[in-house]
Parts: sequence; C-alpha cells; structure tokens
Amino acid sequence: MTTFNLNGRPVSAHSPDDAPLLWVIRDELGLTGTKFGCGIGFCGACTVHVEGRATRSCITPVSAVAGAKVTTIEGLDPAGKHPLQTAWLELQVPQCGYCQSGQIMQAATLLKDYPNPTDRDINAVMAGSVCRCMTYVRIRKAIKLAAARMREE
Amino acid sequence: MIRRISVAILAVASLGLAGVLLLSWRRAIAPIEPPAPESFSAVSISNGESLAAAGHCASCHTRPGGQTFAGGYGVNTPFGIVYGTNITPDRKTGIGTWSLEAFVRAMREGVTREGSHLFPAFPYNAYTKLTDDDLGALYAYLMTRQPISATVPSNTVPFPLSVRALQEGWKILLFRSGRYQRNPSKSDEWNRGAYLAEALSDCSGCHTPRNSLGGEKARDAYAGAAIDGWIAPPLNQANPSPVPWTREELFTFLRTGASPLHGAAGATMTPVIRDALALPVVPDSDVRAIAIYFSDMNRADARAGGVETATREALASSAVAIGQQYDADADLYAGACIACHYNAEPVPLAARPELALNSALALSEPANFIQVVIKGVGSTDGAPGLVMPAYGSSLSDNEIARLAAYLRRTRTKYPPWSDLEKKVSAIRRESAASH
Repeated sequence: MTTFNLNGRPVSAHSPDDAPLLWVIRDELGLTGTKFGCGIGFCGACTVHVEGRATRSCITPVSAVAGAKVTTIEGLDPAGKHPLQTAWLELQVPQCGYCQSGQIMQAATLLKDYPNPTDRDINAVMAGSVCRCMTYVRIRKAIKLAAARMREE
Repeated sequence: MIRRISVAILAVASLGLAGVLLLSWRRAIAPIEPPAPESFSAVSISNGESLAAAGHCASCHTRPGGQTFAGGYGVNTPFGIVYGTNITPDRKTGIGTWSLEAFVRAMREGVTREGSHLFPAFPYNAYTKLTDDDLGALYAYLMTRQPISATVPSNTVPFPLSVRALQEGWKILLFRSGRYQRNPSKSDEWNRGAYLAEALSDCSGCHTPRNSLGGEKARDAYAGAAIDGWIAPPLNQANPSPVPWTREELFTFLRTGASPLHGAAGATMTPVIRDALALPVVPDSDVRAIAIYFSDMNRADARAGGVETATREALASSAVAIGQQYDADADLYAGACIACHYNAEPVPLAARPELALNSALALSEPANFIQVVIKGVGSTDGAPGLVMPAYGSSLSDNEIARLAAYLRRTRTKYPPWSDLEKKVSAIRRESAASH
C-alpha cells in the first residue's frame, strides 16, 4: 500500500507497488482528467505534478510517490482558473483536447522555472508533450499570455 | 622428496592455522542488567543521538520498513550477505546485557560481548578511531532506546569463511587498532571533518576500492569503488565532475541530498543523507567540517576559479536545436529527457539536474546513469521533492545504450563507454532479480 497526497487530500493506493501512478489516479482513485497516451513517457498526455513538478505518471511506479504531494489537472487551481487554464479558454487552444491536461501541467512547471520564457525555453520544456492536432502555435501563444498575466499579478 | 615438501607445507599451514585460532580467543565479558535510563546524563544521550545520526548507524542496523536499530538490513559483500544486528537494548536479541566495556570492545576491536569476532562489514576499522567520550555518548543513546525483540536472518557467508575465529587472520593482516591522530598542520574544522569522515561515518567504506581479502586499498584511498551495482564516485583528485566539489557544493549536497552543480545522491548514499546528515540533530558545523575535509582532498580550491566557465560550457553543450536536425539519438533525448533536464543559461536550476555537470556521465563506468534511467528516482531517494519516472519500463536496452552514448559524446570530454548495451541488460537483469 502506498499513501500520498492527491490534490490536497491524503489517499491510500492498494495497487501493487509497481503499478503506474496513472493507473492508480484514473482507475483506483477515479480522477480521469489525466489521460493515457503512449504509455512509455514519450507523449506527455499523462503529465501530473509530483511536489509541484511535471512528471510522466504512466511510467512512474506508485511507490515512487510515497508521502509526496501529487496534483492533477483537477487540482491545479481550486476553481479551474489557473492563468494557463483561462488563457487556454480565451485563445481556444484545444482541437480534440486529449493532450491538453498534460500540456497545461507541463506548462505550469515551465512558468514556475522560467516566468518569462523564450521560444527556446518553450520548445525545449514542451518538447515531450505531443499534440496530434498540431495546436502548437496556439499552445505557445497561450503560454506567453499566461506568463504575461502571472508576471502582472 | 615431493612428499616431504608437501608434508612440511602441510605442517607449517596447520601450525599457522592453530596459531591464528589460538590468537583469536577473546574472553567473554560478563552480562549486565540493562542499565537504567536515569543512569545516563541528558547531554551524553543527546550527543550520542547526533553521533549515531552522522554515523548513519540506522542504515545498516534497520531493515527496510523495519523498526529503527532492530537490525535486519543485508549488507552485500563479495563473501556473502551480512545482516546488521539488533542494537536496541533488548536483553535476548539486542545489546541489553552489554556493559560499556563490551560495547567499546566491539567498536574498537570488532568482538562481541560473548567474545566472538565480528565481520568487518561492521566497520570497526573506522570506529577504533573514536574517542572515549564519543563511544560513551553512543552507548548512552543506544541503551536508552526502546528495547525491541527482533532476530535477524543468518548471514550467507559460506564455510569456511563463516568461521569467526578466522577473522583473527584478517585482523592480523588488515586491521590496526588506534585513536584518530590529529593533523597539526590543518585547521580545527578540517580535523573535525577528518575525524567524522574517518572514525564515525566511514566514508571510505564505500568510496575506497578493496583488495581480494575485502580490505581497503590504503594507496587508493577514496579513489571510488563499485557498490551494489552502482559506482561510489572518487572523492579525491580523481573525481571527474566538470565543476569541482567545493566546500559550498559539498555542504549543500550532504545537507540536502542534491546540489545544483552536481546533481542528486542515489542508491546507498541516500540513507547516509536523508536519514543521517540531513537530520536536524546533526549540527551544520559538523556537515561543514566534512565538506571542508573533502573539498581539500579533491583540491577544489585550486580549481574554484573555473566554476563559471565550466558551468557555461556545460550549458552550451546541452543546447539542443529541437526539430532542426535529424539526429535520432538527440530526438530520443528530446522526447524523453529534455522536459525536465533543460536549463536556460546562465545557471542551471537545482530542480532541473543538469546532465552535462552530473558525475553519472563523467564517471569511467556508466553504471549510475543506467541505474537511474531504469529505476527512476523515488520520493525518498535523491533530492527532496524530485521524482523521476522509471524508464526501464519504456526504453529498450538499445535505446538506453544510445542515450548513454549520445550524452557521453555530446556532454562530456571523456572517451566513449564500452559495451553499453551489454551493461544495460546486465543491470536490468540484476534489478529484476532483486525484486
């Protein structure tokens, strides 16, 4: 059994120690905002935060987050109004939407590390987050909009 | 003639063996009633707590997930597994009936209260250097813990090595009893650091290579050594990290488990930091003293002027032009690694371990790199708050080997690693077997 904190509340997972965190979050704990994409840590759809940092949950064994704080898209902002989320809505970033929770979680870590990201910073940090609808141009725009608003705050 | 010579050899060998067995005898020290906790001073107990933490006693005397000091951790030695014993003051299964005299003899001579020899997996070769006061404090602290009744598994050292009397031979060859000798040409802080490193924390136990008898090679002190499938890096001038281990970097690393210009601790170094040097009972001054001792050993001061240049060069070597080249290995890196390991110039962030500065890529063997990629880093390993996924379930041996070769080629000035794919598959097999 692994106990950790999920979106601010303590949880216990009964899945085996080597079960991927993504399985535990979706199937055992019932939060389905985080998506399964490639299952090998190469597409970014499953990205959640562990201790505030973007982490691919599909290849992270649940035992690796023992005692840690895990945040999913459902817990990024209590009202769902993180500056990235509002920018996403405003610029109508998603097309099919499947990769977006992972994109937003990855972008949140990017802005924490680099509040005024250059194109190079965005290209590098977001490189592992794939979008098959090719919304990359809007993703970049939304990241910059959110960054500008967060700097004003 | 041949027969005569063999008889003579046999006779000399038997005499030698008889001599060792004769010399090996130690008297039993009478058992005592476990001393009342009130018989120890509060100062002594709290000093002992700090020393036991810095000496990371719990790392070998606690089973994973078990009660502290109740024993059961298996130390892998080339001769078999030796289990850390129960050192709580339990009468039957612990050291409850050990007098101070018996405790001091065990620490300084490697002999149990009953008079049998301890295996050197218990580093009495280091503890023999401890002062009377510090041994008294450690005794006071351990004897005032809650007694826990717990037996430990039998060691797997095979016969005849398992005959404890034969340890006398090892001691004659490789062990010298004696207290720490101050180096008068060095500062008090340096000497404090040397004392803690040599007498209490036994840093050389992992970082110094051993000879075929399992003794540390004094001539190669701190030259780095293999342990449990990982490399304990060199702590002397042979350390290959691009940026020297200055006292500041060492202090941050030993206190927190990670430093921005070197990376995070892994494997058996984790408990030495998380459950020992990072604990508030260990004073900053002691951790700083250890940092001063080892920064002097790797001659960091002489190279400290090059830190900025080395950092800048490292970050430049890490710059990947995403999507502007066709390099299958760089693409592998961009897909799997760059989201967390990218750093913007001019300085790397502690939360983004900079691979071009990391000793895992600079060491002469790729073991540490492969281990981390396969197993990832859990919340209780390495730096607090950093978790890395386990890429062993996602990357093939060939892909991990390609990543290793690519990073070694582009991020370091060292020659390529050999037989990478074989080494990846061997480490994968071992880690699967240990589960």
